[in-house]
Amino acid sequence: MSVSAPAFELKDVSKRFGPRWALARLSFSLPAGVPLLLTGHNGSGKTTLLRLISTATFPTLGELKVLGLHCRDERESIRTRSALLSHASFLYEDLTAEQNLMILGRLIGLQNAREVTHALIERVGLKARTQHPVRQFSAGMRKRLAIARLLMKKPSLALLDEPFGELDPQGIIQMEGLIRELSAAGTTIVLATHLIAQGEALTRARLHLEQGRIADATTSPAPRQISEGAG
Amino acid sequence: MSRFLRMIFILMGKDLLIEWRTFARTNALIFFSIATLLMFSFALGANIVALRQHAAGYLWMAMLFASVLSLGESFRIEHENNSIDGLRLAPADPRALFVGKALGNTVLLVGLGLVLSPLSIALFDLKMVMSFWSLLAIIGIGAMAISAAGTFYAAVAANARARDVLLPVLLFPVLVPVLIAAVKATTLVFEGDAMDQMPSWLTMLGTLNLVYWSMGFVLFPRIMEDL
Repeated sequence: MSVSAPAFELKDVSKRFGPRWALARLSFSLPAGVPLLLTGHNGSGKTTLLRLISTATFPTLGELKVLGLHCRDERESIRTRSALLSHASFLYEDLTAEQNLMILGRLIGLQNAREVTHALIERVGLKARTQHPVRQFSAGMRKRLAIARLLMKKPSLALLDEPFGELDPQGIIQMEGLIRELSAAGTTIVLATHLIAQGEALTRARLHLEQGRIADATTSPAPRQISEGAG
Repeated sequence: MSRFLRMIFILMGKDLLIEWRTFARTNALIFFSIATLLMFSFALGANIVALRQHAAGYLWMAMLFASVLSLGESFRIEHENNSIDGLRLAPADPRALFVGKALGNTVLLVGLGLVLSPLSIALFDLKMVMSFWSLLAIIGIGAMAISAAGTFYAAVAANARARDVLLPVLLFPVLVPVLIAAVKATTLVFEGDAMDQMPSWLTMLGTLNLVYWSMGFVLFPRIMEDL
């Protein structure tokens, strides 16, 4: 893997679920460090594409490389270096916020998992709910804990599927701040959202999907002017 | 400790922690299996000789039926918020996930065996000819075999629409040899082992364990990954 390998590279990638093609012959390459806005109507294939890039699922046809690594053969390395914020929170309902993060921290081998856990919980504004089971959390609080889960991995590639969904206005501003911080720290962001204005303020490239195909792909050479709390 | 072993303990600990916080599975297992034992004894009536003769069978049938509830539940929690994907993408080694989950299920089943054994002894008026440790060892080895095969098939059934029906349909035929060996060995604990048959049944249980654990270890990654 070279240092300048693209964040991900699609070559004629298609994905089929039963008889239906969710993605059809996608070819696209995202340079590392360039934040990407992924847009499209419901059912256009955004979530499927993010799941492919995260290696949660694999292409039916075509070739996909993530961070210069083959999506099937080197999936463990990809998973170590990337993180997905999905519609599903990946959280255990009966465990507390702390326990959910601690399990991930210990799985990825963090030496100071407890300290990192507490710092992240505070960072996403859930300090008062550290010892509460996730079952008692609102949808917005779950989203915050899920982003803490993503931050724990310190990923090179962060895949964010509707990160603003279910968040209150304050939560949206906080999420925008976190995305900017990640991006500034060198993490490549792939952001799928219907909130185009917010998304454009945080990204430099755009990929628009329609019915599983690329309808438009643009990359702006310079970073956009980002305004605080845009949207 | 190697990364793989550490992962096994973390994943097993996670399952047991969830159980410790809710006791959802433990309560269901205990009440369901006690009800099963009582139903068998009611079905046979007051024929104490027949009850004693088949007590080991009832004990293991109760364990087996309860294990289906436990195994199904152990994967339901993984699919509640798609946590199984969270584990895969962490990344957790699928083989460690199999071993951790199967060991967690074994702990619960052994615990269930510890509750059901004295109850069976009291209910069916059994006398123990061999030591309690022999019974505990048989329960342990039997529970390991049920958990290994059960964890594997629970993972297979987890994504199916009729998973609650599919799991016993897949699992019970595979566990027939375990049931036979475990019942025979348990019967010897209660009736004595004049013909020195215990080593044969234990060897059979050990061999079945080897087969199920190896099968799960090798094939579980194929089930977990949508390759």
